[in-house]
Amino acid sequence: MTTNTTNIHIRTKINGQSYEFLAPSYMSLLDALREIVGLTGTKEGCLDGNCGACTVNMDGRIVDSCLVLAAEMNGSEIETIEGMATSDGLHPLQKTFLEEAALQCGICTPGFLVAAKGLLDNEPKPTERRIRHWLAGNLCRCTGYDKIVKAVQKAASDN
Amino acid sequence: MVQVFENKTSYNVVGTRPIRHDGIDKVTGRAIYGADVKVPGLIWGEVLRSTEVHARIKSIDTSAAKKMPGVFAVMVHQDLADPGTETTRNGLQDVDREFFNIMAKDKVLYKGHVIAAVAAIDRNTAQEATRLIKVEYERLEPVRNVDEATSPNAPILIEDLIGDHLGENVANTNIATHFRHEFGDVEGGFKLADLIVDREVSLEMVHQGYIEPHNATVIWHEDDKLTVWSSTQGSFGVRDQTAKFVGVSPSQIRVNYSEIGGGFGGKTKVYLSPIAAILSKKSGGKPVKIVMDRPSVFQATGPAPGGKVKVKMGVTNNGKITAAEATIRYEAGAYPGSAVNAGAICIFGCYNIPASRIDGFDIVVNKPKSAAYRAPGSPQAAFAIETVVDEICENKGWDKIQFRLDNAAKKGTRRGDGVLLEKVGFEESLDATRNSSHWNSPLGKPDNGKLRGRGLACGYWMNGGGPSTCDLMLSDDGTVMMNEGSADIGGTRASIAMQAAEVLGLAAEDIKPSIPDTDSIGFTGTTGGSRTTFATGYAAYLAAQSMVKELKTRASILWEIDETDIEFSNGVFRSTKESELKLSIKELAEKLGVTGAPVSTTSSVNMAAGGNGYAVHICDLEIDPETGKTDVVRYTAIQDVGTAIHPSYAEGQIQGGVVQGIGWALNEEYFINDDGSMANYSFLDYRMPTSLDLPMIETIMVEVPNPNHPYGVRGVGEVPLCPPIAAVGNAINDAIGKRIYEQPIKPGRILDAISKD
Ligand code: FES
Ligand code: FES
Repeated sequence: MTTNTTNIHIRTKINGQSYEFLAPSYMSLLDALREIVGLTGTKEGCLDGNCGACTVNMDGRIVDSCLVLAAEMNGSEIETIEGMATSDGLHPLQKTFLEEAALQCGICTPGFLVAAKGLLDNEPKPTERRIRHWLAGNLCRCTGYDKIVKAVQKAASDN
Repeated sequence: MVQVFENKTSYNVVGTRPIRHDGIDKVTGRAIYGADVKVPGLIWGEVLRSTEVHARIKSIDTSAAKKMPGVFAVMVHQDLADPGTETTRNGLQDVDREFFNIMAKDKVLYKGHVIAAVAAIDRNTAQEATRLIKVEYERLEPVRNVDEATSPNAPILIEDLIGDHLGENVANTNIATHFRHEFGDVEGGFKLADLIVDREVSLEMVHQGYIEPHNATVIWHEDDKLTVWSSTQGSFGVRDQTAKFVGVSPSQIRVNYSEIGGGFGGKTKVYLSPIAAILSKKSGGKPVKIVMDRPSVFQATGPAPGGKVKVKMGVTNNGKITAAEATIRYEAGAYPGSAVNAGAICIFGCYNIPASRIDGFDIVVNKPKSAAYRAPGSPQAAFAIETVVDEICENKGWDKIQFRLDNAAKKGTRRGDGVLLEKVGFEESLDATRNSSHWNSPLGKPDNGKLRGRGLACGYWMNGGGPSTCDLMLSDDGTVMMNEGSADIGGTRASIAMQAAEVLGLAAEDIKPSIPDTDSIGFTGTTGGSRTTFATGYAAYLAAQSMVKELKTRASILWEIDETDIEFSNGVFRSTKESELKLSIKELAEKLGVTGAPVSTTSSVNMAAGGNGYAVHICDLEIDPETGKTDVVRYTAIQDVGTAIHPSYAEGQIQGGVVQGIGWALNEEYFINDDGSMANYSFLDYRMPTSLDLPMIETIMVEVPNPNHPYGVRGVGEVPLCPPIAAVGNAINDAIGKRIYEQPIKPGRILDAISKD
């Protein structure tokens, strides 16, 4: 709406589905997902790349969607928390997060799940140290990380 | 690990670990948190915040913002409704001054203080419009800490504040309250002592650090009814506070429940919903959403108080405490109302002390108004008392657990504020600590040149009670729909439902919990004070008992026998006389129609205190003498939990609290610039612990059932934050042989201490 805003035409794939829309040039990938596409599972915690609540997978890489412009989605494939469960049911990580009580308030959970999936997709058997290192960009203030790390370990050992 | 200390009744559901009912929605991204709320016609609000730390507002010019295309409404303080009378504006529970905290009137008292607000077509337009508002300030000298606030010529923050200083009214002061608890012959006690240790610790403000920022969405309907969504620990609290500041009665407001992304005490107050309400009204009833940004969360919402705590303790040569004295001076922030009350209650809560005096000071400074943070006021107090106790034991060469056992608070102990304790589990927790594998394993010597140390510290929190409501409705298929009024921050739907399931002999999954809006459930207090599993759980227990009673009546109608001849156990009703007459709840539920009306029951409770919580923590850490960096390498938290309803979530509370405490001890602080503003208002600079900074946190849950709850529940959520600052500090002393009395115990301070010989 703001005066002088240019809208960018975006064609993208989100969770395997094609989308086409206009987004203001200043808009972040996070806001495009939440406000235009209507996928609110990706969360806003800081808008400056320091909490990981907005983590999504972009062309196979884990990114903080608050730091990516919506315009950069053009031609990309995005995976969000909403795409993690399939018609076959929950992703193993979603199951182990539930079984291990790896969430309390749950606001960080989508970011952790997308990030952890990014790890296990490439490294099926990470060490505890590796998991802690990989997830260090995701803040959780509720759990002390114990049960999150254990849930990732459990999903990995079931791999 | 769970250690049980009394004959435990065997339970079917209590103590098991079912999947939480709201879990699926939270691992799939489907759960709706406050910021996710979408309503047709939604517009966005944004606030303008003070760039000054302490200043008089000379003028506010909103004309340019009002004219900007896309702007629907602009508001300032005068658009709120004045809630209070002068008499309620003083003293510690000074809620009505929140009126000036929500939006400043003629003075700003901290950087980030809200001055005006705008509603516009989208978030970006609203933000741009706030930049068009011009504010003229007259800058005043900032008051940055308790020493500056109480110095003779200190600038006065609140000119009309009348302080209550030991019962006397005092004008022209930044000390809102000075109170004292005293009993026994304190001076005489110190005369009997062979050793007296007297120390003062200082602390900076820290933030709760919830990941979800504050938010509110409000519709002001044409009939002056309001609909509100807001991330909160208590929907009824939002209802009542919003009503007060916008000038309607609480019954005109309906607060819908949305999921909450962490609170830790910081989401017990309202910041945005009164503003969104007025903006909605001025926009002709458009729904207005406001989401706070992270810098504002840090700069303008509830930190825990910093300040100074001084403790003096006397002991005899045979290891008995003779007297103790404390002076607690907390930063309330911009308006009165720090957690100094609770700090004073807790400071000596672990010990049986024959004579004590506690002075509490609530002091206003140019920082955001403090809010509750997990055992509010107790962690800071524990840093002081547990440092002094450690120093006494070190000085005398005493066993740190034995000294505490010899002086432990127990049933009949008089707490510092005069209250007599009921049965508590501190001694049992100390025993469990002494028997723990951590305490009995050698500290070990690292071969990397680092210095290793082990520290022990204890903590106390009284736990809350209060009002709660729970409704149960039996479905034809034998499942039970449950409404309860408590915001669920960490799995309390499950822990409350499990208590109903235990009574009814059903599985946890057979109970379907919901948290309805404030028009659809009886009043329920805010989730805080570790009260929810205890008090709302008790309401669920009673509602389930009523359901059993009603179902006995129905079975008696069905079987045409006397109600007194029916017994109920493990989910089955049986005739005590005819063994073929038995029905499970599920079987009975199908047949209800012929026996009368649908079965629903409700229970509202108002619980007294929640059963005192005790924690003992052991911390092993390593310090790099080159950089001063500290790594916690092993940590065990021992805690009396009463009864762990869902042990995984009880453990989770303990682990989460410990980690917040490690952050508090080692890095977290409001780093205040010379001009009084906060320097580190991003997650990058306000460094909270990440997964990489930590080991696994071991827990030992001791179960000494709370006599005031049918399943023995004690609150578990808060006391784990009490010991860590001191446990870390005592471990650092063990590692480097020096005590550091300033929090955070950061690398620079450690290097200074090492180099000073
Ligand atoms: S919102 Fe993107 S990292 Fe915090
Ligand atoms: S579960 Fe609350 S922030 Fe991680």
